Amino acid sequence: MAIAARDFRELRLESMSRTFGSINALKGVTLNVQRGEFIALLGPSGCGKSTALNCLAGLLTLSGGSIWLDATRIDRLAPEVRGFGMVFQNYALFPHMSVRRNIGFGLSMQGVPNDKISRKVDEALSIVRLGDQGDKLPGQLSGGQQQRVAIARAIVIEPPLVLMDEPLSNLDAKLRLEMRAEIRRIHELIGSATIYVTHDQGEALSLADRIVVMRAGEVRQVGTPEELYLRPAHADVAEFMGYRNQLRVRATRADKLVNVNVGGVSLPATPVDGVDEGEVIAAIRPDDLAVSATGSIASTVESAQYHGHSFYCSGRTDDGTELYFQSDRRVSKGEIVRLTADPDRVLVYSRATA
Amino acid sequence: MRKRATGTVVDPTPFRVRLALRDLDGVTLLALPAVLFVVTLFIYPFAYGFVLSFQPKAGNWLANYTKFFSDPFLYDTIGATFRLAIPATLINVLVSVPVALRVRRMRYRRLLTAILVIPITLGTVLVAEGLLIYLGPQGWFNRVLFIIGLGKIRLVHNYTGVMLSLILSGFPFTFLLTLSYLTGIDPSLEHAASTLGAKARARFVHVLMPLLAQGLAINLCLSFVQTFSVFPSAVLLGAPAGDTRVISIAAYQAAYEQYDSSMASAIAMIMGFCQLVVVVLILSGRSLAYRGAVSGGKG
Repeated sequence: MAIAARDFRELRLESMSRTFGSINALKGVTLNVQRGEFIALLGPSGCGKSTALNCLAGLLTLSGGSIWLDATRIDRLAPEVRGFGMVFQNYALFPHMSVRRNIGFGLSMQGVPNDKISRKVDEALSIVRLGDQGDKLPGQLSGGQQQRVAIARAIVIEPPLVLMDEPLSNLDAKLRLEMRAEIRRIHELIGSATIYVTHDQGEALSLADRIVVMRAGEVRQVGTPEELYLRPAHADVAEFMGYRNQLRVRATRADKLVNVNVGGVSLPATPVDGVDEGEVIAAIRPDDLAVSATGSIASTVESAQYHGHSFYCSGRTDDGTELYFQSDRRVSKGEIVRLTADPDRVLVYSRATA
Repeated sequence: MRKRATGTVVDPTPFRVRLALRDLDGVTLLALPAVLFVVTLFIYPFAYGFVLSFQPKAGNWLANYTKFFSDPFLYDTIGATFRLAIPATLINVLVSVPVALRVRRMRYRRLLTAILVIPITLGTVLVAEGLLIYLGPQGWFNRVLFIIGLGKIRLVHNYTGVMLSLILSGFPFTFLLTLSYLTGIDPSLEHAASTLGAKARARFVHVLMPLLAQGLAINLCLSFVQTFSVFPSAVLLGAPAGDTRVISIAAYQAAYEQYDSSMASAIAMIMGFCQLVVVVLILSGRSLAYRGAVSGGKG
C-alpha cells in the first residue's frame, strides 16, 4: 500500500494578493503549478513568500485574486478541507502525542479505520527512514528526526500539494544537505506538487524544477534553476542569485555585445533586458571574475578568504571600484592582480529596474 | 580520583566546586530573605497554630477537634464552604476557557484584560458592597425587574449573593491565568492540526485541551484555595448564620467572639486539611495528563 499523491492536473494562482492593514504583503501573484512539479519560492525575508504559502494552505485569507485546483476554486475553503500537507519551519509536531499518533493524526481526522491508519503510518515511517522511532514523543527526537516526522505527517494524507515553509532552516549544515536530498526523493516518490519556501538560493537551485523569485510581494522572475543562475532577468534578481558585483558603469554598443567600462578598462558584456548603452548596471558573480595573467582589469587585493578550492577576494581598481572575485592561488593584501571575465558572464541591466 | 594506600577514594575536587556543581554558590545566599520570610510568616505561625490547636482551654489534647466534629453548628460549615467553593471554582475555571479562546484573537485584548483586572484591584469588600447595593431590594436590578413586571427576586443575604460575588471577583483571576496558558501554546500547532483536516472542535479536543490540562489543574487549585477561604462576601452578601456560614466564619467567631484562640487554630487546621485534600486530588489527576513543553519543536 504505497503512499501516492491525490491526482490533479494543475494548481493555478490568479493575481493572489494579501494586505495586512496598509501593507501590501502580496501584490497579485500569478502562477501555474503542474502535478509532480517542485516549485521553490525564493526571496529575502519580508518578500511575501511565507504569506503566499499560508494563503495556499488556507491559514490566511486572500485580499484579492483566486486559487484554483483544476476546476475547483479553493481560496475560500478552510484549511481543514483543502487537504494539503504542510511542513512548518518549527515542525509544529504535537508535543503530547507519540510519533505514530502525530503521523496518524490527519488520517484519524478523515475517519480512516485504525488498522488502515496503522499500516499507512508504518509506510510513512519507512519512507522517512524512522522505522523504529514510532513510539517516542517528539521531544525525545533530534531536530533532523523531528523534521522527518513533520514530513511523514504531511505526506501520509496523500495530499495533491505539499507546502514547506523553510523546513531546513533549523538544522545544521550537514543535516541540511542530507535532508535536501531526502525531500527531493520523497517528492518524487509520492508524486505530489511541492511548493517550497526558502531564502537560500543553494537550496532552491538544487531542489526545484522551477524557481519563483519574489521581492516586495511581487514575482520578479519564474524560471528553471539554470535560467535563474545564468540569466537573471533583473538586476535585483541577479543580486539575490549571487551576482555580488553590481557595478554602476557606462556601456557602449558593440556588435552583439556591449562594452562596459570597469575600472577604466573596456570589458565586453551581454545585455539582458534590452538596454545596451548609457548608464547601466553590470552584474558579475565573484566566481566568474577570475585572477589571470592575461586579465585586463587591474585590482589591488584588499582581503582574501580561503574557501577550499579557491580564494574569495575583494579588491579595488585604481578608480575606486570595489570588486569581488576569486583566485585559484593564494593572493596577499596589497598585491595587484589582473582580472578577467567571460563576456557571457558579465550581465548588463538597465538601472530603472533596480 | 586517586586511590590511597588504605583503599579509600579521595575526591580531589575542592568542596566549594562540588557545592557549585550542585548549584550552591554565593548567589544562593540571595534566596535567604525569601527563606526567612517564609519561615517567619508561614512556617512558624503554622507550626504555632498547629501546636496551639492541641492545647484546648478545657479537656484532653483532642478536645477542640472532638468539639468541632460533634457540633453540627460547627461541622456543617465544612459542607457549606464546599457547596460554595466547588461550584464557584468550576464555573470560574470552565467559563474562562471559552472566553480566553475567543479573547486571545481579539484586537483589543489588552483593553479587555485591563477592564477584567479592575475587580481584582478593588478587592472583595468593595465588590461585595457594590453588589449589595446594586442587587439589593432597592437596587437598580430589582427596580428594573419590578418596572417590567417581573417582580422582585432576592439576590443578596443568601447563597446566590455569595456565589455571584465569588464569580465576579474570582473570574478575572482564573481568566487571566487561562489566557496566559493558552497564549503560551504555539499557534503553529493549531495551524498544523487544521491543515491535517481537524475542524475547530477536533483541534480543541486533541491539541489545545491536552496542552492546557496542566495549566487548568493549577488554575483549579489556586481558584479553589481562594474561594475556600471566602470570608468578607460570605458575611456581607450571605446569610452568615444560615447557609453561607462558612468555615472561616466559625474560626473568626472562635477567635474574636469566644476569645478561644486554641479552638480557632483547630478550625484553621481543619480548613487547611480540607484544602490540602482537594489540591492533592487535583494534582494527582494532573499527573495523568501530558506534562512538558507546549511548543511543537525547535523555536
